[in-house]
Amino acid sequence: MSDDPMVATHDVLLIGGGAAGLRAAIAVAETDPGLDVAVVSKVYPMRSHTVSAEGGAAGVIAEGDTIDEHIYDTISGSDWLGDQDAIEYFVREAPRELLRLEHWGCPWSRQPDGRVAVRAFGGMKKMRTWFAADKTGFHMLHALFQTSLKYPAVARYDEWFVTRLLVDDGRVHGVVAVELRTGRVRGITAKAVVLATGGCGKVFPFTTNANINTGDGMALAYRAGAPLKDMEFVQYHPTGLPFTGILITEATRAEGAWLVNKDGYRYLQDYDLGTPTPTPELRSMELGPRDRLSQAFVHEEAKGRTLETPYGSVVHLDLRHLGAKLIDTKLPFVRELCLKYERIDPVRELIPVRPVVHYMMGGVHTDADGATGLGGLYAAGETACVSINGANRLGSNSLPECLVFGARAGRAAAAYAASAGPPPPSVGSQVTDETRRLERDLLGRLPRDDSIAAIRTEMQTTMEAAAGIYRNGPDMATGADTLRELQDRVGRVGVRDTSRTFNTELVAALEAANLLDVAECILRSGMHREESRGAHQRTDFPDRDDERFLHHHVVTRGPDGTPRVNRLPVTITRWPPGERVYGR
Amino acid sequence: MADEIRVEVARYRPDKDREPGWQEYDVPLRTDWTVLDALNHVKNEVDSTLAFRWSCRMGICGSCGMNVQGEPRLSCATFLTDYAPGPVRVEPLANFPVVRDLVVDIDDFLEKLPRVKPWIIRDEEKSVDDGEYLQSPEELEAYQQFSMCINCMLCYAACPVYGLDPDFVGPAAIALAERYDLDSRDQGARQRLDVLIEAEGVYGCTFVGECTRVCPKHVDPAGAIQRYKLKAAQESVKAFLLPRAFR
Repeated sequence: MSDDPMVATHDVLLIGGGAAGLRAAIAVAETDPGLDVAVVSKVYPMRSHTVSAEGGAAGVIAEGDTIDEHIYDTISGSDWLGDQDAIEYFVREAPRELLRLEHWGCPWSRQPDGRVAVRAFGGMKKMRTWFAADKTGFHMLHALFQTSLKYPAVARYDEWFVTRLLVDDGRVHGVVAVELRTGRVRGITAKAVVLATGGCGKVFPFTTNANINTGDGMALAYRAGAPLKDMEFVQYHPTGLPFTGILITEATRAEGAWLVNKDGYRYLQDYDLGTPTPTPELRSMELGPRDRLSQAFVHEEAKGRTLETPYGSVVHLDLRHLGAKLIDTKLPFVRELCLKYERIDPVRELIPVRPVVHYMMGGVHTDADGATGLGGLYAAGETACVSINGANRLGSNSLPECLVFGARAGRAAAAYAASAGPPPPSVGSQVTDETRRLERDLLGRLPRDDSIAAIRTEMQTTMEAAAGIYRNGPDMATGADTLRELQDRVGRVGVRDTSRTFNTELVAALEAANLLDVAECILRSGMHREESRGAHQRTDFPDRDDERFLHHHVVTRGPDGTPRVNRLPVTITRWPPGERVYGR
Repeated sequence: MADEIRVEVARYRPDKDREPGWQEYDVPLRTDWTVLDALNHVKNEVDSTLAFRWSCRMGICGSCGMNVQGEPRLSCATFLTDYAPGPVRVEPLANFPVVRDLVVDIDDFLEKLPRVKPWIIRDEEKSVDDGEYLQSPEELEAYQQFSMCINCMLCYAACPVYGLDPDFVGPAAIALAERYDLDSRDQGARQRLDVLIEAEGVYGCTFVGECTRVCPKHVDPAGAIQRYKLKAAQESVKAFLLPRAFR
């Protein structure tokens, strides 16, 4: 294979260059410096969506905090759908990974004595969220990227878009990717592949997610036969700016901001989240979990107690009592974003906010090693579902998740690669097939009276209607029917841009197909879950039903291309299912 | 206010066009629309072949740098109304080879960045088991501003020196070198100075200060370059006065 000029060869490939992918790459390089490792990413690594994370990263370090409390907060936050063995590993490992980032230069905010500072966060009973002001993800990503530069073993394919996994006999042998600058399609073989492509917020019209969050890794795995898990659980963050969907971090509330309705009333007290206190109380009111806060907004809207704007109803986030000094020290980015995109100053004015799609609890099914069940294929970060997040992720658990499971998947992939043989000759013909598909089916097809943008917009409005904060069976079924039509359309649509150079329309077409596969899995899983748990709330099944549904859903692609939903047990170790209690 | 604004966009597809040209689009002029919103409107509704990079649309990923009306800007943080009644010209960032339309080739920066060793260098690395390196809020403050660089390349597009001498290491890379030099956890300043004292290092800069002026994150690369020149000067004084072992 290595003689074929169309094919490059590595030992381990990381798909995606965000926190999980870069952490995995460094783990491979450190585990076995003899391995040839490469990061393949559709954007330069420092553009990855980790960059947008604001509030912080949870890890037990403060005096008086305990591992068991972080575990319990995460399990109850997950509405008991997280796997407790994975959560326990995650919580134990998170502080070490955050310290490692400290040693790699991450500018964590500090206490006066020089030790790392921690802040409160939603659903957490203790202060344990490490932060770098309110640009935590940005600083983590740049620290990881810059640190990765000192490992010469880590090669990079910047701005290469992976279109398919090379699979033979139940094993993954690499990928096919398009080099955006030249339009060249190439096979890149590897003994192990780690998917770390982030989330899929672009399935929805209103999201905090970046343009690049199109579920690529999930779709690649799904089409290669690896199951996706818990796809029905989509997190709405309670505080996004209207129109743009830009995130206003939960750290505002951790520092003491209030959520008020149009009457200036702290409405969360009406939704079993506790009683208002002037200063923030942990696991109470504004520091409740995201699913419950977003659901409270919907009820408040139904009661007519929200404000109307051209971009939908909003409530207000009130930071005014925090003062300019605290805001400038701990929340400077929030002030910058409000001034720029809303033309308001949170020091003096109320911030309009509404719930916004933020995070995918589900993803590629993996074990705690990041292994997917398909030989040589691993996944980590938001792309993956281990699961530590279950039905609802707690804020500040996702950044350490990228580190903990990125590192572990990297080590596991390195071990696998060290013992795996070279790729079989059959992958060569797969590369040829894929090249032909891209050339003929996409670039060679005559454009019809349809467009990728139109298909994408219809998918997004369909998903908002069918899989919002509250859902029901008939709406999800209608949505799934519409998605089938959109699948047909995306299979026929042509790309108007015929240039081979940096063809962003071709990328958009491939991304739209990925989004549609992911969207379909979200709805199919949601239709099967006839209960309300965490972020999956059904008006036709309003209660949690542990008898029937204390299990994961795994979706695999059937022979006819439609999703098949199956069950997988949840691992319960020391914490039997109980009531989620906040504010009392 | 008018309903529309004309956007003049530089177009160039190397495999199709003999030379770069301009294309005009009339887009809705809305108070909350950025230049990026206008480009996305064009791409989604008018002309799907227009190529540009973007991702976070909140001024932190650094993808969408372009020249807007001759100034390097993040298109996601630049509002159309600032250019009303128009027209507003959008071009690729200056000083970089154009890949296509508004997309430029920034490989040069990515090759230079590792040369200044932008990572923590220690004589002896502490084990994770021994906890964090202590760093007071004041010590953090010392380098914090230089750590805000988003690698958006606006400073390179604004730098007349880089425009004339592509070998110049350039503002962002030097600011990042200074970011690590000033970090109390780092012991690699000497190694970075050895790189930056070379001809293509800090001496290329003629103190124009355009880099600092255009930086959307107030990083002050010009300040970093100035500090390096001082360090380099001190080194040459030391070299003159002291035998090598005492430097």
